[in-house]
Amino acid sequence: MSDTPHESADHTMGFVRQYIFSTDHKTIGLQFLFTSLFMILFGGLLAMLMRWQLGWPGHPLAFMGKLAPNGMPGGVMVPEYYNMLFTIHGSVMIFFGIIPILVGAFGNYLIPLKIGAPDMAFPRLNMASFWLNPPAIMIMLAGFFMQGGAAAAGWTSYAPLSAILGPGQTCWILSVLLVGTSSIMGAINYITTIINLRAPGMTFFRLPLSIWALFITAIMALLATPVLASALIMLLLDRTLGTSFFLPAGLVVDGVALAHSGGQVLLWQHLFWFYSHPAVYIMILPAMGIVSDILPTFARKPVFGYHSMVYALATIAVLGFLVWAHHMFVSGMNPTLSTSFMVATMVIAVPTGVKFFNWLATLWRGSIRLTTPMLHACIFLSTFLVGGLTGIFAAAMPVDIYIHDTYFIVGHLHYVLFGGSLFGAFAGITFWFPKMFGRMMSDRLGQLHAVLTFVFFNAVMFPMFILGIGGMPRRIYDWSQYAHLSHFGPLNRMISVSAFCLLAAQGLFVVNFIWSLFKGRNAPENPWESTTLEWATPSPPPHGNFKQTPTVYHGPYEYSVPGAKADWLPQHQQSSP
Amino acid sequence: MTWWFPEVVSTYGVQIDRLFVVILWITGVIFVLVEGALLAFLIRYRRGASTRAMYIHGNVTAEIIWTVIPALIVTYLAFASQRVWAHIQGPPPPHQMELEVVAEQFAWNIHYAGPDGQFGTADDVETINQLHLPVGQVVLVRLKSKDVIHSFFLPQFRLKRDTVPGITGRIWLQATKTGQYEIVCAELCGLGHYRMRGFVTIETPEAFAAWLKQAKAEQAG
Repeated sequence: MSDTPHESADHTMGFVRQYIFSTDHKTIGLQFLFTSLFMILFGGLLAMLMRWQLGWPGHPLAFMGKLAPNGMPGGVMVPEYYNMLFTIHGSVMIFFGIIPILVGAFGNYLIPLKIGAPDMAFPRLNMASFWLNPPAIMIMLAGFFMQGGAAAAGWTSYAPLSAILGPGQTCWILSVLLVGTSSIMGAINYITTIINLRAPGMTFFRLPLSIWALFITAIMALLATPVLASALIMLLLDRTLGTSFFLPAGLVVDGVALAHSGGQVLLWQHLFWFYSHPAVYIMILPAMGIVSDILPTFARKPVFGYHSMVYALATIAVLGFLVWAHHMFVSGMNPTLSTSFMVATMVIAVPTGVKFFNWLATLWRGSIRLTTPMLHACIFLSTFLVGGLTGIFAAAMPVDIYIHDTYFIVGHLHYVLFGGSLFGAFAGITFWFPKMFGRMMSDRLGQLHAVLTFVFFNAVMFPMFILGIGGMPRRIYDWSQYAHLSHFGPLNRMISVSAFCLLAAQGLFVVNFIWSLFKGRNAPENPWESTTLEWATPSPPPHGNFKQTPTVYHGPYEYSVPGAKADWLPQHQQSSP
Repeated sequence: MTWWFPEVVSTYGVQIDRLFVVILWITGVIFVLVEGALLAFLIRYRRGASTRAMYIHGNVTAEIIWTVIPALIVTYLAFASQRVWAHIQGPPPPHQMELEVVAEQFAWNIHYAGPDGQFGTADDVETINQLHLPVGQVVLVRLKSKDVIHSFFLPQFRLKRDTVPGITGRIWLQATKTGQYEIVCAELCGLGHYRMRGFVTIETPEAFAAWLKQAKAEQAG
């Protein structure tokens, strides 16, 4: 089934077919990569505006007065605009940043290469899954130019607020629907490809852990995303056709009685989190997979406990579907129900712990090379640990009563999604850059970027736990009026300054990326002396990936095999080179 | 300047803080051990000091140990959490007073039942953003919303509960000392969310009764 698009492999394709409407999984992977990197940068800029307001509430920022005359007249932010900023920041980072970079970019680029296939099972579906993204992005951002501005109900869009806000909210719904459809298409493609197109000898238990992670992620996306899609359609109908899925009788907004009746406010939260908690794992499992590939490569040691790593991924995925209402401990949901969600949530600490200890044991008695990708992988371990441990506070229901919707949660989620997912993405980019572009990145610049990002990231996010313990609510335009927060000025300004530095440090990454793209040292086929199949083809791989289909003889992490001369044994070679 | 919790003024607030500290100790120890091991391995087994890696695929005993220990820890935490949770969210202790909080964009309407003990009658006392509570008494609070979800957050009480349109929520609280505090809205409710601030006055039962009487008189006049 994958053969048709390759019939023309030897012909020269036109520019449009080769680079724009390409069906080659590598081009599509890179399209996802460039788009999501750009969107992450954009989302970061929105965060800077929020940090400006939180660090110096009400102080004008002159140039923004011209850029956003409605949101920041004279450079002074209005509260509605602040609400739009965190809504679009969260939505962009999740739907157009982290999910597409981890699942779209790495999934597309790596799956066929790592399983020894010429392309995805459904190349055209794959192309469609990318091309739903640009319109989705444009529709979401078009909200800024609508009457009343962009969506402002938070990325969680809780009804009834999301049902009564202006047309920007409709843009948000349509945009997320499109990107959700893209996820479903991608998921079908990944699952089919991994099941059907593995090279001879590539059994399931010889798959690299990155592929296992993407496989399980795709199953989660396939099962969870349709639930989000149905919830979005219900919300859309409530907004446009006067249905009442989420709107109960007797609502009076701004003195006007609404003609809705019979809806359930909490239904939205159940449906939304039934998708969005699995989505958290959709955003972290691929990063775990990437790190599980990188640690053995640079410790020159087989991954510790391969099988339990796979079972842990699967257990996390199953449990991930049973914990959604831990976001709802104070929502008014039946408190007895909360207990079962707390138990399931706490149990996730067990497989996550297994993964952590196995990663550490992989480093134990290795021969470690601290290259840039390895540095990012180790930073992932150190920061994602904080994200995981702070999750235990939030899982403990009585503690959550207090920390729910405070900056403690903002800190926690950023340690997971930046400390975990984004450092995983940095690790992946710096690791596979030579394969993707045929050139090496600068290691020294890369290490400087990794260290500075690590330092500033912690300087931004760690103090948020202190703000949360102090009782500072999230999504708040001006915290300074509250007496119990009045002493947090210096801490908030320190976070803001660190955030500006964190953004500035990303300049190093951009410079390194672009410079290396054109001027980097030429990359050999296997620059890291790694074992998996993507390193058995030229950098970058040609259309169709492999000159002849490789045969697989070993598991994915055969490093330092006793008696062999070289300390790596590629999957496609019977004995060591 | 404090980098810790705000002062605690409710009975169960003390239990929540204590549970937080227990979790902080447990996670703190795990944090130090794991980060320490990570750093130690990166130094001890760096390329220069360790030329050939060990060829090992795993160890079942080790993996069982680091599955069972976290499982025991979370079992303990689940039981500890459930005990406090049942106390706060379970059937409230016998209460001396009941009041109703009706949230709307962007204010807290506080209703006292008045002498007849019934809400929605002529002798009700209503205030906006002014919550007065007698110290030491168990107070049952009924939570409602007119428009969107808000969240009734009293930081010093360690109390937070969403007010959900269409649903009447019930929570209880018992203040342990007198003083002036604030109500925070903790759930995004629109453009004025940030300024949906109320005030809590905890006073002696006598002072509370006097205030209620005066509020009633002002309302009538």
